[in-house]
Amino acid sequence: MYDFSVLTNWIDQWLRSQVGDSWALFVEFVLVGIAILTAYAVLALILIYAERKVCAAFQCRIGPNRVGPFGMLQSVADMFKILLKEIITIKQADPILFRLASFLVIIASICTFGALPFAKGLHAIDFNIGVFYLLAVSSLGVVGILLAGWSSNNKYTMIGAMRSGAQLISYELSCGLSLMVIVILSGTMQLSEIVEQQAEVWFIFQGHIPAMIAFIIYLIAGHAETNRGPFDLPEAESELTAGYHTEYSGIQFGFFYLAEYLNMFIVAAIATTLFLGGWQPFHVPGWESFNQVMDYIPSFVWFFGKSGLCVFLALWVRWSFPRLRIDQLLNLEWKILMPICLINILLMALCVL
Amino acid sequence: MRDFIAYIKGIVMGIYNLMQGMRITMRNMRRPKVTESYPENRETRETYERFRGALEMPHNENNKHKCTACMICMNNCPNGTIQIKTKMLLDEDTGKEKKVLDTYFYDLGSCIFCDLCTQTCPQDAISWSQNFEHSMFTRAKLNTKLNHEGSSLLKKEKKEVQN
Repeated sequence: MYDFSVLTNWIDQWLRSQVGDSWALFVEFVLVGIAILTAYAVLALILIYAERKVCAAFQCRIGPNRVGPFGMLQSVADMFKILLKEIITIKQADPILFRLASFLVIIASICTFGALPFAKGLHAIDFNIGVFYLLAVSSLGVVGILLAGWSSNNKYTMIGAMRSGAQLISYELSCGLSLMVIVILSGTMQLSEIVEQQAEVWFIFQGHIPAMIAFIIYLIAGHAETNRGPFDLPEAESELTAGYHTEYSGIQFGFFYLAEYLNMFIVAAIATTLFLGGWQPFHVPGWESFNQVMDYIPSFVWFFGKSGLCVFLALWVRWSFPRLRIDQLLNLEWKILMPICLINILLMALCVL
Repeated sequence: MRDFIAYIKGIVMGIYNLMQGMRITMRNMRRPKVTESYPENRETRETYERFRGALEMPHNENNKHKCTACMICMNNCPNGTIQIKTKMLLDEDTGKEKKVLDTYFYDLGSCIFCDLCTQTCPQDAISWSQNFEHSMFTRAKLNTKLNHEGSSLLKKEKKEVQN
């Protein structure tokens, strides 16, 4: 299996020999930033295309098929359209907060995206409190959403933002608690260490029933955090036109849109990293030849394949179920997911002991 | 205790029902697509008998039509879409002058496809075509002549007079 750290170390050595240590560090920061932003934008385009195709398939349609082969350039064309659109300034809006909100949402999303281990050795920053960092930064997005709703000076955006706040803050709980199960099992919060421990058996199999329950709960809670699917109350079209981003236009709306799709991917990627072994191939202990064949598949294929599977699950749920009412939404979290999560942690602690 | 059992039962039933819903959507996903890709399936697309594309006047292989220029369609038309010009022609059988169709103008641009003309036509001389690709660069091109060049009225065979 190719180790990407060979490549990154070679670039590092070369830069250090050319421009000295401190400048090399600066150039590396810029390069990593550009790489992450590019990957972010490209992934968003792919996700938008995938979403439209999958949605079409669930409704017995074909989906976009005119721009490029199989309509693959449709989302690129849409990107150019949204870049060329005018940014309308709202008269009664709070100008600074209004502009800041879309950036806050996308910054929270990019920060989470940057800390994910994409492949063997392809890990921008490896905190020793990785899981904690992911949870903390991904929940910053709610600040942006609340600001967007407040500063637009519009009833729809206000209601949407308030719903979003109630929803995100409560689902953050079961999200974090289900990730705690894996932290208990692995005994570390460092993402690289967690992935390394899953080389033989993935945590979802290693952790028996508690890990499976935690995986399902994480998928539900994470899905609710992305404001999509049956949990799309903050932007319920039929009630609130577009929820918290009603007043946004042009690239500012594009930021919300991008962040929404990437959050879907980030939730899938975190689920992959913590439960499905990250970039580790599928190994069965004892089957040596089978394990070797699996090792030939590159690590980033494993990572994106598993994340794609989780994204497909999210899309499947989104296009299957009707929207929940706000009281049903909070009932689901506080009366069902939370107690199960707490019992689950206890179970996992007993398993580990 | 009973509440607790009801709670557990609610969760289990909820999961079961959600799975059922997801099974239905998955079945839908694997069903054949209903979208018709229009310009590609131009040759194979289905047409329907009662579809009102545009008015047409069927001619047989000898370039004969059935229109007797009775003007009922023109008088019935609410928009003045149909304009009929007639001419007088000497009938060979009777040796008298008879009114026959000269030109049958049909302006697609003002037609509302109400079907009053074809319903009232006593001779069944006009009918609807299946063609719906009417887009033109100028309005004038929508104004068409329905009877072909040099066509004439289809003569009915005279019934044998019974004694």
